[in-house]
Amino acid sequence: MTTLAVNPSSVAAFQPPSRGVLAMRYLRRNKSLGIGIALLVFLTLFSISGHLLLNVNKMAYPLAVKSKMPPDPGCLFDSTKQLNKNCLVLGSDFYGRDLFAVMARGLAQTAQIGALAGLIGTVVGTVLGFIAAYFGGVIDAVIRALTEVLLPIPVFLIQVLIAGAIDKKLVTVTTMALIVVLLAWMGPTRVIRAQVLSMRERMFVNVAKLSGMSNLEIIFKEIMPNLLPFLGSSFVGQVFAAIFASFGLAVLGLGPLREPLIGNTLYFAQYQAAIFNGWWWWPLWPSLTLIMVFGGLTLIMVGLDEIANPRVRRSE
Amino acid sequence: MSWSYILRRIVFLFFVIWVTSTIIFFIPRISARNPVRERLAELSRMTGFTPVDLEKIIAAYNEKFGLNKPLAEQYVDYMSGVLRGDLGPSLAKYPKTVWSLILDALPWTIALLFVTTLISFVLGNLLGAMTAWPKSPRWVKALMGPMMMLQGVPPYLLGLLLIFFVAFRLKLLPINGAMNAGTVPEFSLKFILDALRHQILPAVSMILSSVAFWALGMRGMGVTIQGEDYVNFAEHKGLSSSVIFRDYYVRNALLPQVTGLALAFGSVITSGVLIETLFALPGLGSVLGQAIAQNDYFVIFGISFFIIIAVTLLMLIVDIIYPLLDPRIRLNTK
Repeated sequence: MTTLAVNPSSVAAFQPPSRGVLAMRYLRRNKSLGIGIALLVFLTLFSISGHLLLNVNKMAYPLAVKSKMPPDPGCLFDSTKQLNKNCLVLGSDFYGRDLFAVMARGLAQTAQIGALAGLIGTVVGTVLGFIAAYFGGVIDAVIRALTEVLLPIPVFLIQVLIAGAIDKKLVTVTTMALIVVLLAWMGPTRVIRAQVLSMRERMFVNVAKLSGMSNLEIIFKEIMPNLLPFLGSSFVGQVFAAIFASFGLAVLGLGPLREPLIGNTLYFAQYQAAIFNGWWWWPLWPSLTLIMVFGGLTLIMVGLDEIANPRVRRSE
Repeated sequence: MSWSYILRRIVFLFFVIWVTSTIIFFIPRISARNPVRERLAELSRMTGFTPVDLEKIIAAYNEKFGLNKPLAEQYVDYMSGVLRGDLGPSLAKYPKTVWSLILDALPWTIALLFVTTLISFVLGNLLGAMTAWPKSPRWVKALMGPMMMLQGVPPYLLGLLLIFFVAFRLKLLPINGAMNAGTVPEFSLKFILDALRHQILPAVSMILSSVAFWALGMRGMGVTIQGEDYVNFAEHKGLSSSVIFRDYYVRNALLPQVTGLALAFGSVITSGVLIETLFALPGLGSVLGQAIAQNDYFVIFGISFFIIIAVTLLMLIVDIIYPLLDPRIRLNTK
């Protein structure tokens, strides 16, 4: 009989892969999540590099550069191989804004709207969903009636009306986010309410109740951790909806017109008939950027869905 | 199917319409801008003629349209008009009425939205079923990746790219507008062909993103059906795979998609508004955009009201039809 002696040194040599490695491996399996995150990381780096290389606060606003310059990636380095700071890699628009700076600044503002509206929407939605599901009764009926009435309305219509009605001076990046979030909390409320309702009946919550945990303890220690995937996916959904709605408002000319928000850039390009005049680069960069933003967020949502609903996981 | 269920749905529908119409009545009135004043200012800018007693004219207009009354009274007056089917005059385009503006724009919007929704529903569901079907070729399954990304991209952006590549670079189709400049709408083959040519790019950009939406939903359904016993049974019975695909597989996966149709109307109208402004089509969206720019209360209300009624009605219809399509679902009265 042979004994398998385990060499102690080899035991020590085996290390479980670090969390980073595990995360990378997971992303390789969950391709849509991986690609989505990669797209957003790329856009973030693009925006950061714009902020580092250029004086974004000046170049992204009118009359900063000579207007209507076609893009010229070749001018990045001058004859002495020095970085040419005045180079317009992506060209400029009719109003004399460097489009590279506009994209960098616009992306940052888009992220700001998305994060603010996403956070408020998710928090409000979660709190309402929790209250409705956990306490039930009259509160539940009121909250449910409110969401049921508001859900079938084309919300964008109301957002357009609000943005059109308020004073132009009041429209800033922050108020955009607030207008957008005003009618965007119903989705998360419904999802969270349904989840909490089903979870409330499960064994572990009953056990927690019997063992004398308080309501708050049960919510935060028992139910919340199980809800995390749903919260994550509804947060990304909120961010997407917020950016989508603010894009729609900006394209209609209802955004903060002074700011280089990406939707605004498209509005002005359309207003000055850019393609008709042959200034193709002006609307092209914003649309490509936004396609990456929306595409990336969608892929992340699909990927998160796979985590939240294991049933969607690929059967192959 | 119980009548009390339908009745409850209808009462609910009226409630939703009342709540939203109250909201859309009051929102434009937050604004300090008076549409009448703005219209007269615009006129005097354009003609260089400033009437001496501008204030008197404005007061007369306000009197005529009832804008000088307290808000609550205006609300009651206007709403009772709406109940009688009178949406009032357009303030900026007086003496045109809101109804005439809506009726002029409506055919364009309906043509675009109806056709694109229909095409993308059929095409998307077929594509989705094919990508989930184990026996379909590799290239069909490879379509899924781009589709996932396309699903979230607003048609507006796709439209811009199409304008750039197809209309501007290749010069295949017109850049924007609903008809050639100088033509008058008439019932002739030449005009119809011209109008159709102008509709291709808007339609394609709307179809591209919604096809992906339907395809993904259908794929999700299809994947869950694959392992079902009745599909296996049909296979073992020796039915040909095209019969299984059509009668066992698509038939069952399609049902939940029909409910999706109801939810899609809202977003289709949203993207329709944006697409119309992008392509300068004379539909409801463009009229609404203009009315918001002029703060034309009655037109804003009329069009929003019309859209909300259309969306909620379509939802109700789908709600009622659904149990007829799927006998497994019976509406109980609770």
